[in-house]
Amino acid sequence: MLIDPYIQQILISIGIGVILAQGLNIITGLTGQLSLGHAAFMSIGAFSGALLTIRTGLPLPLALLAGGVVPALAALAVGWPILRLSGDYLAICTLGFAEIVKVVFLNLELTNRAFGLTVPQPETTIPLPLLVLLAALGVTLFAQSVRSSRFGRALMAIRDDEIAAAAAGIDVASHKLQAFAVSAFLAGVGGCLYAHVLGYINPSDFGFLKSVDMLAMVVLGGLGSVPGALLGATILGAAPELLRFMATYRMLVYGAMLVALMVFRPNGLLGGINLVEFVMRRSGRPPRRTGGSP
Amino acid sequence: MILQQLVNGVALGCTYALIALGYTMVYGIISLINFAHGEIFMAGAFAGLLLVAYGKLNLFLALAGAMLVSVLLGIGVEFVAYRPLRRASRLSALISAIGVSIFLSTLAMLLFGANARGFPEGTFPSRQIDIFGAQISSLQLLIIVTAGVLMLALELVVKKTRIGKAMRAASEDYTAAALMGINVNLVVTFTFALGSALAAAGGVLVGVLFNAVSFNMGLHAGIKAFAAAVLGGIGSIPGAVLGGIVLGVAEISGVALGYSSWRDAIAFAILVLVLLVRPTGLLGKRIDRKV
Amino acid sequence: MSLLSLEQVTIRFGGLTAVAGVSLAVAEGEIVALIGPNGAGKSTLFNLVTGIYRPTSGTIRFDGAEIAGSPPHRLARAGIARTFQNIRLFPGQNLLQNTLTGAHTRGSWGLAGAILPFLPAVRREEGLLLEQAMHSLGVVGLATKAFEPAASLSYGEQRRLEIARALALSPRLLLLDEPAAGMNPQEKQSLGETVREIRAQGVTVLLVEHDMRFVMGISDRVVVLDHGVKIADGRPGEVRDNPAVIEAYLGHRGVGHA
Repeated sequence: MLIDPYIQQILISIGIGVILAQGLNIITGLTGQLSLGHAAFMSIGAFSGALLTIRTGLPLPLALLAGGVVPALAALAVGWPILRLSGDYLAICTLGFAEIVKVVFLNLELTNRAFGLTVPQPETTIPLPLLVLLAALGVTLFAQSVRSSRFGRALMAIRDDEIAAAAAGIDVASHKLQAFAVSAFLAGVGGCLYAHVLGYINPSDFGFLKSVDMLAMVVLGGLGSVPGALLGATILGAAPELLRFMATYRMLVYGAMLVALMVFRPNGLLGGINLVEFVMRRSGRPPRRTGGSP
Repeated sequence: MILQQLVNGVALGCTYALIALGYTMVYGIISLINFAHGEIFMAGAFAGLLLVAYGKLNLFLALAGAMLVSVLLGIGVEFVAYRPLRRASRLSALISAIGVSIFLSTLAMLLFGANARGFPEGTFPSRQIDIFGAQISSLQLLIIVTAGVLMLALELVVKKTRIGKAMRAASEDYTAAALMGINVNLVVTFTFALGSALAAAGGVLVGVLFNAVSFNMGLHAGIKAFAAAVLGGIGSIPGAVLGGIVLGVAEISGVALGYSSWRDAIAFAILVLVLLVRPTGLLGKRIDRKV
Repeated sequence: MSLLSLEQVTIRFGGLTAVAGVSLAVAEGEIVALIGPNGAGKSTLFNLVTGIYRPTSGTIRFDGAEIAGSPPHRLARAGIARTFQNIRLFPGQNLLQNTLTGAHTRGSWGLAGAILPFLPAVRREEGLLLEQAMHSLGVVGLATKAFEPAASLSYGEQRRLEIARALALSPRLLLLDEPAAGMNPQEKQSLGETVREIRAQGVTVLLVEHDMRFVMGISDRVVVLDHGVKIADGRPGEVRDNPAVIEAYLGHRGVGHA
């Protein structure tokens, strides 16, 4: 590839961030169910995808698919009991789940305990950075499509008022579970890409701070907003790299930046703005509900 | 042997309880998971360490000094990072809290280095005491007694003083308390001060117990203490104490049975199970949703 | 056969009996009003019929089938729609989105529709839902505000939007919980017309309302609850002159309270 490796690294970091943020946005932004443990799904996706590549030499697209499906199944299994909990209790349960996953992986022979896994560089026809960006684009289009679909409207109704949603005929439990699984699928795909791009994963990489990173991207852009998640992931995906010149000070700046952003713009940068609708209204057309245009 | 492990567990649990109290009181009043609370605990531990090592104070004076430092820090954090967000969504406040947490732990790393530091030799002469055939360390007794005294003091403040009554009123119904003329901002500041003081005490005690103080000690202790608060029933002061002790004993039992590398999972497995069976925690009130 | 029938329905919360042995039938195409002093059990009865509460004893039938204990979303699918006494809109969304959500049961594409939004079948369904939603907004006279956020509406308009959202479900039975509350006289009058129009389209209406003039004006039948017990059931004129009803109201406050 002709692009400078440093830029490539930033683009990859942004691309994976976008996938993770759009995924989390579906359960937390659209459905209103706060997850503080999405790093667990990322971890499950990373390890299952990496193990498939290492053990079976599966082509990357199939590994990515598996890296999404396995955490989605995990989300269905875990979500069934815990999605009945509301608000902060759900958040704490997801956090607890993530810690448990981390400890389990640190103790499993399969995941090579605390040593982590080295993942061979996959052979792909498209260069890996480009693949990451294409995946990020696809996920963003999907997220926008969800938002303007019957499925997405049901999720937003649940977020706004569960009782009113049920009165409109929406099966709240089933929709929450589906949203959770979709969200975990995307986190897993993100994790699987992360594993293959970095070439090395360790269970400790997917701790609480990773979940916080994802949440910060979503909240920064504006909860529930698809362009917001894109923007948030771009800023925070690039921030650690761009702030690298500050060396050890960068986490200090990152922390302060989060506080300042929340204090001055508590609903996120694009919170409350629906870009599609904004543009449509400007052009005097009612928004079409279907079609995948973001 | 069992008694010995039990004392081990209770001592560890007492430190969780001291941190958990701050979470539960703040949550009870402004429904905020104060994620920076773990860092207040860490700051208290460092303050205690510095006061002993460079201030040449004895442990109890250093404990008091550390509590004072954390109180100021806790009030400052509330003022800068949470107060402007009182009317914003709770998630924004949560993110702000996480930002503070990252900021403070990084700051500690820059100031004190990445390696754990120990208290100077002889800070608290630890002796083994033989009680009913169990070897109990005087250090553990110190922790249990200090924590017990602080919790009793908290109980007195909350039950007997004017500001304590205002705290309970605000925790029952924040808006109504404000309408009744209670200065809720003062109540929130006071709650942060109390919670921070207890967390600092916990920090110094943990620092002495494990003879290690490090910049990242707040994250895990904080998460576990929050789990303890939820386990006991968030918003409930006795609940936080009970939850802390249950977690401490469970963890030590797990370690004693040979599952030490599963230690962190034990605490969370209990938490998740309790929440599933009884979502309001062990001593929490049941809230029916209104239609 | 009646569309909705309650037989000896009782519900207790702890020691409190909110509804005690109420039997009630609503025929297809009727407008029935449920009145009674505060705390008479009217909203509780609505919550029983819409599945939010399960009766302690008694049976509730809708279109012949036992529904007591079915979850709310199933009952909505069966054709029972409702509004809420304390308005429950999706405030951040615009009127059209609110109403589209109300049309949820009219569609069937779920997650697959979000993955494959370009499929002709998905697009057709979305078009259908959109039509249904705009039609419902038209019935309550809010079609011109389709793209305004729900939170920007006046109180009376919010109540109308809730009705539109319920109508989008194409219900057979529509439950309105205090639809005229907070409306001025003109708004109430146009609300009355809307309710009659809804009935004319074949929807059965059961409503709770405090405004006696409104109730007497549009109802075919009035049912009076007091302390969870049914004390009267008949044509508006009969109920108004019923001594037990007058007693129940005078015990609390005068008839005709708005």
